[in-house]
Amino acid sequence: MELFLQLVLNGLVVGSIYALVALGFVIIYKATSILNFAQGEFLMLGAYVCLAIMTRFAVPFVWAFVLTLGFSVLLGLALERIVLRPLIGEPVISVIMVTLGLSSVLKAIVQGIWGTDTRPFPQVFSTTPVQLGPLPVSQGYLWSIACVTLLLALFTAFFRGTRAGIAMRATAFSQQVALSMGISVKRIFALSWSIAAVVSAAGGILLASVRGGVDGSLAFFGLKVIPVVILGGLDSVAGAIVGGLVIGVLENLSGGYLDPLVGGGVKEVAPFVALVLILMVKPYGLFGKVHIERV
Amino acid sequence: MRCGEFRTSYAADMAIFESAFARRALAVFLVGLAALPFFASAYWLDVLGRIGIAIIGAAGLNILTGFTGQISLGNAAFLAVGAYTTAALSSRFGLPFPVTVPLSGLAAAFAGMFFGIPSLRLKGLYLAMATLAAHFIIGFVVVHWESATGGVNGISVPAAHLFGVELDSDFRLYFLVLPLAIALLFFARNLFRTKVGKAFVAIRDHDISAEVMGVNVFRYKLLAFGVSSFYIGVAGSLLAYQARLISPENFPISLGIDYLGMIIIGGLGSILGSILGAVFITLLPEVLRLATSALSGSYPGLVELFASIKMGVFGLAIVLFLIFEPDGLAARWRTIRNYWKLYPFSY
Repeated sequence: MELFLQLVLNGLVVGSIYALVALGFVIIYKATSILNFAQGEFLMLGAYVCLAIMTRFAVPFVWAFVLTLGFSVLLGLALERIVLRPLIGEPVISVIMVTLGLSSVLKAIVQGIWGTDTRPFPQVFSTTPVQLGPLPVSQGYLWSIACVTLLLALFTAFFRGTRAGIAMRATAFSQQVALSMGISVKRIFALSWSIAAVVSAAGGILLASVRGGVDGSLAFFGLKVIPVVILGGLDSVAGAIVGGLVIGVLENLSGGYLDPLVGGGVKEVAPFVALVLILMVKPYGLFGKVHIERV
Repeated sequence: MRCGEFRTSYAADMAIFESAFARRALAVFLVGLAALPFFASAYWLDVLGRIGIAIIGAAGLNILTGFTGQISLGNAAFLAVGAYTTAALSSRFGLPFPVTVPLSGLAAAFAGMFFGIPSLRLKGLYLAMATLAAHFIIGFVVVHWESATGGVNGISVPAAHLFGVELDSDFRLYFLVLPLAIALLFFARNLFRTKVGKAFVAIRDHDISAEVMGVNVFRYKLLAFGVSSFYIGVAGSLLAYQARLISPENFPISLGIDYLGMIIIGGLGSILGSILGAVFITLLPEVLRLATSALSGSYPGLVELFASIKMGVFGLAIVLFLIFEPDGLAARWRTIRNYWKLYPFSY
């Protein structure tokens, strides 16, 4: 039972970070119909930039976190302007490939600057565990969940309450109608890329602090997000959150119970098995909009 | 004087070769290719072999992605299926290559179709997702099915052989790769002159219209996926014969992305594009390696950075091609050729 609770808790922590990164993925997909395969690299880059700000300039964690988010806004804006905008109207494969190319470039930049060795991430949360019922829980986990919840709440409020948020939803609904209502769709595209970069960077930093180290394997989380968004529905923000938590718990449970039986690797593959099953049973996910085409 | 290409009959429009000159030029070129290994060093023989294999794989992927409009990210896994099938069949049963190569292709085709089924009911992006899942699931199977695949330690592959002749060097293997590549390219080129090929293109251009015109979209998508995976499986089989030792590390996800890069840079929906792209992407790291070693005298840190430079230049090449030459090298080649064909009256 203890093992079960521990696994569920780990799953929720990782899952909440998945949810955050999936949010970025879904926002880009909703607004621009692009699958961003460079999401994992945004995440990795965020973690490295935060680490560099903290160690190089001795900035306290909170400020480094904020500075990194600022950097991510600029990164998202720049990438959208330079790389994605020329491809508006090109076929899907071109746009997917450009994000794959982008992921290669970002990975190369990170490797070129910081190398491939794992770098320790400074201990930002106290190491004394908090007793949560029968379970000792590390403070980093709680902080991470708290941060994610806060960010998700902020973004939900943003989408529901602010002009920009409503404009984004309008664009996601129909670009033509949004244009005719005086919304600058280009600006919305830029906004969604910077939001995606911000949430990924935040996810990356939290992940790095939970794991206590930063390395290239962080980029892998960008691919892990794909089962999450398929489960939740590609175009659903709520789905991203639910999907993130479910996949996080699923991979930890399956890893915890099946890994000893088959000798490792289940944790990595379980989300993808789930992906195939979801595609067979409920292809548009839990909350995704079923695509009906009329001619 | 004839200036330009004038087709006056359907037969001319459908011809494989645009003109008699093109046919002769190709014949000369093929003779040149057959003679090439006699002049190449061991290093370039290895590169040539890899180029040939990449051409087969890229042509296969282009059938799926370029001609049928379905995106696959799982190519590395299907290469692995082909390679491991060859490895298992030839090391365990000592089968010769005329048996193992087609069987590897078929194995990959079945794997591809299996993962294709759930996503083919859906549109565009979902196949990319399912093939990504295929990559991780097949990778998991390869690592854990140790009796057949050797697990993480890999499996060694005996040299390709037939009637006691062993293709145990890059030089000899070249004469297996080259004819296979030519035959498969020829098949691909011909495929798009048939009903099946036209159905593929119709699906790419507009699937609903295709369905309305009587193309069974599901069946043809599945067929495209099967044919494409067959090519990739054959490429994987040859890869196994060339590497002689294969392990899961030979098939990272980036390998599949390399193949996508080939057809993007070469040109989607063009057989010539697959060739040019495969050559470009295979030569890119070699050229970079030469450049870094030449420059390492003045910039000593460069050699350590080689892995990141390679990755960065690859990504940059894709991004720049997509922005500035979305139709790839094949389109560039056509422009250049037409310029010279009409020279000096280029209007």
